[in-house]
Order: sequence, then structure tokens, then C-alpha cells
Amino acid sequence: MGSVTSPAPLEIERTESAEEVFAVPEPDVPWVTIVHNDPVNLMSYVTYVFQTYFGYSKDKATKLMLDVHHKGRAVVSSGTREEMERDVQAMHGYGLWATLQHDRK
Amino acid sequence: MPGTFEPLPGGGAAVALDVVEISIIRSLAVQLMELIGPGPAEDSSGDPLAGLFAEGPSEPPSDPVLRRLFPDAYRDPEGASQGKEAEEQRAHSAEFRRYTENDLRAGKRDNALTVIRSLDALTPAGEGGAVLELSPDESRQWLGALNDLRLAIGSRLEIGDEDDSDLLFHLPDDDSRKPMVMAYLWLGGLQETLVSTLMP
Repeated sequence: MGSVTSPAPLEIERTESAEEVFAVPEPDVPWVTIVHNDPVNLMSYVTYVFQTYFGYSKDKATKLMLDVHHKGRAVVSSGTREEMERDVQAMHGYGLWATLQHDRK
Repeated sequence: MPGTFEPLPGGGAAVALDVVEISIIRSLAVQLMELIGPGPAEDSSGDPLAGLFAEGPSEPPSDPVLRRLFPDAYRDPEGASQGKEAEEQRAHSAEFRRYTENDLRAGKRDNALTVIRSLDALTPAGEGGAVLELSPDESRQWLGALNDLRLAIGSRLEIGDEDDSDLLFHLPDDDSRKPMVMAYLWLGGLQETLVSTLMP
């Protein structure tokens, strides 16, 4: 029997560029949560939700509520898609009519 | 004052309700619970884990009240999206629904159940009426339930814009919608005064 040589360690070649392909780039365009007007929700309640959930000041919450009421809609938050899905789900929990979309501005 | 929530010292709120008012709120809350329906936890045949991992529906509810309570998350009501974009919005809305609707339904059922339980726990005073006292947590659940009840009634009455509500508020006494409109307005007063006790 000849001498046994241990096999050379197998080298797995990993290229940096292969990993970069799978990296998800941070989107340049943020997402926004939009609250839509409806004639049932009370103005005071909508203001309360904006203050309670988002922690907005009374002034900011009131201004957003009035935008919803007069313009039919208002952007109430912006961020990543996941964050906006959380906000929309919370708004639906409160009974507000909310949607999310890419900010096109 | 009847039909008006007052803040309690140290937090929470109280309202005096008569026996008819108690039975109206209770009946509406029961109807709302039945409409929202059982979640996956209830029909998962004893396996608690099955309920945890059950996916929600992907299609919007057919009932208009439920469609209002659980709207499409990605459909822009004003933007007239067409073709590929509309298709994409439908797909995203369906996915959002699968992951959120069961939780949302459970939260709304829980609020309605709190309303029913707190009414059932009332000790009658005088002519069968009682003073309902809510803790801050119960107040928040009542607030959500009152809002859902008003959304449900508003949807049944087909209140789509401010003009519709003006019309409904001036119905003749013999209109069949009148009792529902009265309940809607009364619940609005309850909600308005309850929210004022909770304002940060």
C-alpha cells in the first residue's frame, strides 16, 4: 500500500459579483399611505387616529384630516413598502379607508 | 346627560343608558360579530397551530359592509388604472388580504365582543337603565366598535357622500329607513363624545 495522501481541500469559488445580483437595492422612490375621504367617519375620530397611531401633533393631525375632508385624500405617511403596509393595515383596523402606492411626485 | 359619554376622573369614560339603548347597541354589536364571522381559530378543528398559520382570503368580500371594513390596499379609487397596472394592483391587494384580513377580522370581533360583555355586566338601576363605566382600554375598544357599527349602517343606508347623508337626515317619518338613520345619528353622538374623552 502506498502512502495515503489527503485530498486537497475543495475550494468553492465565490465571486462577489454573484452575491451582489441578489442584493435588493434600496428603492429611490418611497411608498406612501393615503387616507381617502368617506362621509361616515367623524372628523374628530380621524384626527384622534392620526394623533394616536402616528403620534402627530394636534395641529398636524387636524390639517391632514381637513385635507382628507376637503381634497378627498391625504398622504399621511411615507417610507418603505413594508412600513406602509403596516400603516394601511392599522388604518383599516381603525376603520379608515387607506391605500398604499409608490410616491409619484 | 343621556347619550353622552363623560370622562371619568383618573381615566376612562361613563355614559347613562336606558334599557332600550342597551338592547339596541347589544343587538347591533351581535349582528356585526355575526357578519364579520368566525376566524380561522374557530374552525381549525382543535389544532391551535393551524389557526396561527391559516391564510386569509385573497378575494374582496362580496358584502358591501365587509368590503368597506376590509378595502383593497393597493387599489387607488381615483386613479383609473388599466391593463398591467390594474392587474398588478389586484395581485398586491390579494396578497395583502391573505396576510392581514384574518387579523383585522379578529380585532374587530374582539372590539364588538367587549361591547357585548360590558353591556351584559351592567347592574340595572332605576327603570332598567344603568350607568356604563369603561376603563381606558375598554373605551378604545368601544370607540373602534362604534365606528365599525356606523360604517356598517352607513354602508347599508348607502351613504356615499355628504349629499346622501343630508338626504337621509330629512326623511319623512314613515320611511322604512328612518329607525336605522336615528340609530346611526345616535351612535354618532356616542362616538363623538367618547372620542373627546380620549383625545391626547
